[in-house]
Amino acid sequence: MSQLLQALFGRLPIGWLQLTHNRTRFAAALAGVAFANVLVFVQLGIMNSMATATLKPYSFFQADIMISAPDANSMTEGSNVARQWMYQAMADRDVVAGTGLFVASVSWQRADKALGLTTYGVDPTQPVFLSPEMAKPASTLQLPNSGILDRFTRGLPRDETAAIRPQSPLSFEANGITLTLYDTFAGGGGFGGDGFMMVSDQTFLLQFPARSSGAPDHILLQLAPGADPDVVAARLRDVVSDKSLRIRSYAKAADEDLRYQQTKRPTGIIFGFGVIIGVLVGIVIVYQVLSTDVADHLSEYATFKAMGYGQGFFLSIVFEEALVLGVLGFLPGFAVANLLLLAMASATTLPLAMTAGMAVTVFIGTVVACSLSGAIATRRLVAADPADLF
Amino acid sequence: MAEDIPVDVSGLNHWFGRGEARKQALFNVNLKVAQGSLTVLVGPSGSGKTTLLTLAGCLRDVQEGSIRLLGQELKGAQSDLQKTLRRRLGFIFQAHNLHGSLTALQNVLMGLQVHGRADPELQAKAARHTLTLLGLGDRIHYLPDNLSGGQKQRVAVARALVGNPDVVFADEPTAALDRESGATVVQMLKRLGQVRGTTTVMVTHDNRILELADRIVTLEDGRIVNDTAP
Ligand SMILES: Nc1ncnc2c1ncn2[C@@H]1O[C@H](COP(=O)(O)OP(=O)(O)OP(=O)(O)O)[C@@H](O)[C@H]1O
Ligand SMILES: [Mg+2]
Repeated sequence: MSQLLQALFGRLPIGWLQLTHNRTRFAAALAGVAFANVLVFVQLGIMNSMATATLKPYSFFQADIMISAPDANSMTEGSNVARQWMYQAMADRDVVAGTGLFVASVSWQRADKALGLTTYGVDPTQPVFLSPEMAKPASTLQLPNSGILDRFTRGLPRDETAAIRPQSPLSFEANGITLTLYDTFAGGGGFGGDGFMMVSDQTFLLQFPARSSGAPDHILLQLAPGADPDVVAARLRDVVSDKSLRIRSYAKAADEDLRYQQTKRPTGIIFGFGVIIGVLVGIVIVYQVLSTDVADHLSEYATFKAMGYGQGFFLSIVFEEALVLGVLGFLPGFAVANLLLLAMASATTLPLAMTAGMAVTVFIGTVVACSLSGAIATRRLVAADPADLF
Repeated sequence: MAEDIPVDVSGLNHWFGRGEARKQALFNVNLKVAQGSLTVLVGPSGSGKTTLLTLAGCLRDVQEGSIRLLGQELKGAQSDLQKTLRRRLGFIFQAHNLHGSLTALQNVLMGLQVHGRADPELQAKAARHTLTLLGLGDRIHYLPDNLSGGQKQRVAVARALVGNPDVVFADEPTAALDRESGATVVQMLKRLGQVRGTTTVMVTHDNRILELADRIVTLEDGRIVNDTAP
């Protein structure tokens, strides 16, 4: 390390020697940086998993444009959309297909507990609106009162879901009607429910008699090849009579949903704050360590000033210290955060994972934050007056 | 020609404090120090010796009068000029002011690295050589905490001299040294003056040094009252 820094800065690694001279303080500083890193990693992990979970249902379907009610901030929220707007939209030359999408939560009462399944009602005669992975298991949905189940549903034993096949279906009762599960698909627990289920629109309406086939939750449209969804969506906003509707490209709908989850929902805001607090904790700890270190070495720095060393030299010492703290604090923080995220993922089945993007972001953020605190700490250097030395 | 008089003080006045507490420490001081000489400042406590040394050594801003150091006017000097000049000086303080996290060798290296990047091998060799001259050849990897007071002071001397300074400013450098190493240090300075033309301005009360001095300047209450060549 000493040699590396010597090569990097082209001088004695004074920052390193200074930091390691006081072992206890050095260890405490590293622990502090590592702690801040863990804090940020865990919050980022949760935010990422929220993003994954939010975007997951969008991957079940294939569409170019999505029409939703003005208060439908996410897939599962808000009012219905009248099917007549779908027909109005389909008059557009670029719109080639349309379908209604129903969504509600179905409760599966099991011996030990109730599972909440976010259930989508789709038109099984229009598999083009389903993703390729979904289309195959969904072929069984034409059977009345049938469904396919998210095999990663939280609270279900994996061997039980693995046993669900067309030749060995599993039945359960929901809303007084027996549903039979013929197949499974890969979903994954989210924040809104324990898992997903896919049924036909007919089955959905049997489950929820209060809902009407004329008013699905969302309308999905597919466009002719080559048509620009944003352009067509803008055109449809003019054509469709109900001006309050949210008509936007499918990709934009997913983006808006995500932004809503991260910035408007309390959970998203809390985790966002967690990241900021982690960063602040890190900056404060590093600032504390570096400014104490500068204060402790004022007479040494004054001596160096008397010898002809300039401001740049002192900045580089503090920067060196910041770099050492950032890099050496990051490593244990990264290791602990990995273990913590693994433990949390297995406890919650949330898609919590360390990503390369997170690691790089946090590493760069750590070094930048450390340098920033270091830069603030150098203000104390002004007090080093070589005239006081004699 | 300015280099023949590396330190040229004229009409120097200096005050400390402000308002009511303002107090003059130096009164119309004039002093020309010849190159290669060993000049000793003596005088009672509070007479202004240290003040004069810090002003001439470019560590304190000149208020009134003029100091030409190595041909450069210090009054109103910018910090860049101060930095450049300081690199050509060697300071030996009363307190050793060594960096506690650096070994003896590393402390001495700091006196070389101020001049920029160079071959680390050569620098280490020069530093080791200077330490050996001062009798510390077997202590080069010691931290200051593990050195005696006199050894620390000798490391500080090595740090000041390793960069071959043009002028050495020293304030009671031998106070912390025993008889023998005090003599070593002064003889070294004296020889540097003869061989390399290094100029030394030193505050001291040590009689043995006074015998070696080329010139003794006595200050009293901020004024030069006596200036003799023994
Ligand atoms: N930083 C300062 N602030 C205020 N007054 C000072 C300061 N430094 C020195 N003085 C005053 O200036 C005068 C000269 O002090 P100086 O330190 O130059 O004396 P000196 O000859 O070095 O004394 P000594 O032999 O005790 O070291 C003294 O009256 C002292 O009180
Ligand atoms: Mg003094």
